[in-house]
Amino acid sequence: MTSDALRPRRRPRRGVSVIGVLGELLITAGLLVVLFLGWQVWWNDIVVGGQQATAAQELTEQWGPIESAPTPDPSADPQDYGDPVVSAVAAEHSGFATIYVPRFGADWQRVVGEGVDMSEVLNDTTLGVGHYEGTQMPGEVGNFAVAAHRQTHGGSFNQINQLAVGDPIYVATADGFYTYRYRSTEYVLPTGVGVLDPVPQVENAQAGDRIITLTACNPLFSTAERIVAYGVMESWQPRSAGPPAEIAHFFSGAA
Amino acid sequence: MYGALWRVLPGPWWVRVLILLLLAAAVLYALVTWVFPWVDTIVNVQEATVEE
Repeated sequence: MTSDALRPRRRPRRGVSVIGVLGELLITAGLLVVLFLGWQVWWNDIVVGGQQATAAQELTEQWGPIESAPTPDPSADPQDYGDPVVSAVAAEHSGFATIYVPRFGADWQRVVGEGVDMSEVLNDTTLGVGHYEGTQMPGEVGNFAVAAHRQTHGGSFNQINQLAVGDPIYVATADGFYTYRYRSTEYVLPTGVGVLDPVPQVENAQAGDRIITLTACNPLFSTAERIVAYGVMESWQPRSAGPPAEIAHFFSGAA
Repeated sequence: MYGALWRVLPGPWWVRVLILLLLAAAVLYALVTWVFPWVDTIVNVQEATVEE
């Protein structure tokens, strides 16, 4: 109350001027831009990444429980289950597989959706990783090519440059588990679609291997190039055989 | 502008600081919830795919 009584005494202040207000507005605008960038490349990645991981967990639960126990001994030779079952191509923009890369974090999991549409798949809070339409399916001879953001919208492939030779890349579908091993990285221009060929970068070649190709943008904070990580399929096991030991913890709830 | 806001607020300094903090939290919440996601759809600079 007393402060109100004092107020009429106030003399015109130097600070209240057009220039002053303009300056404060500009400082505010600058602060908003910094806040937005922080939100875009940091906070929102954490939030959306969590949502995408939850979605992956929910998708595997939709596939139903796994009857048998997880593979008992990780050091044992992988059993041979014959040629992998290849799932039918999924409906556009629908999630049909989950992907696990322990190098990206022990709890890292994402849904793979059909197509690489930016708003429908890569930016989606329930998908995040997109399967290039027309490329092969998990376990199929040829190239299972997927794309994801390296930053923003969950930043799924943020650590794609950290992959080391031999790192496992697991893909799960309603049919089974496909274990790929990371082999090499390549950097291409955004137009380098050769990386999607059944034999990457070799046009019209007869495919013999089962390749997985991950693409994301490079370098960080830029879209000038694409970073491309290749893996080769090592083994396959049907869903009834249970998940590989290293990703069994994702399926403990369903076991 | 901010000076005027400070003078308009009632109470002693610590009440004003409290009100300003609450205001800032509300503004931040609105930004993160509505404004930033909307801006993000406009300035979609991130690309991750290869295409012709």
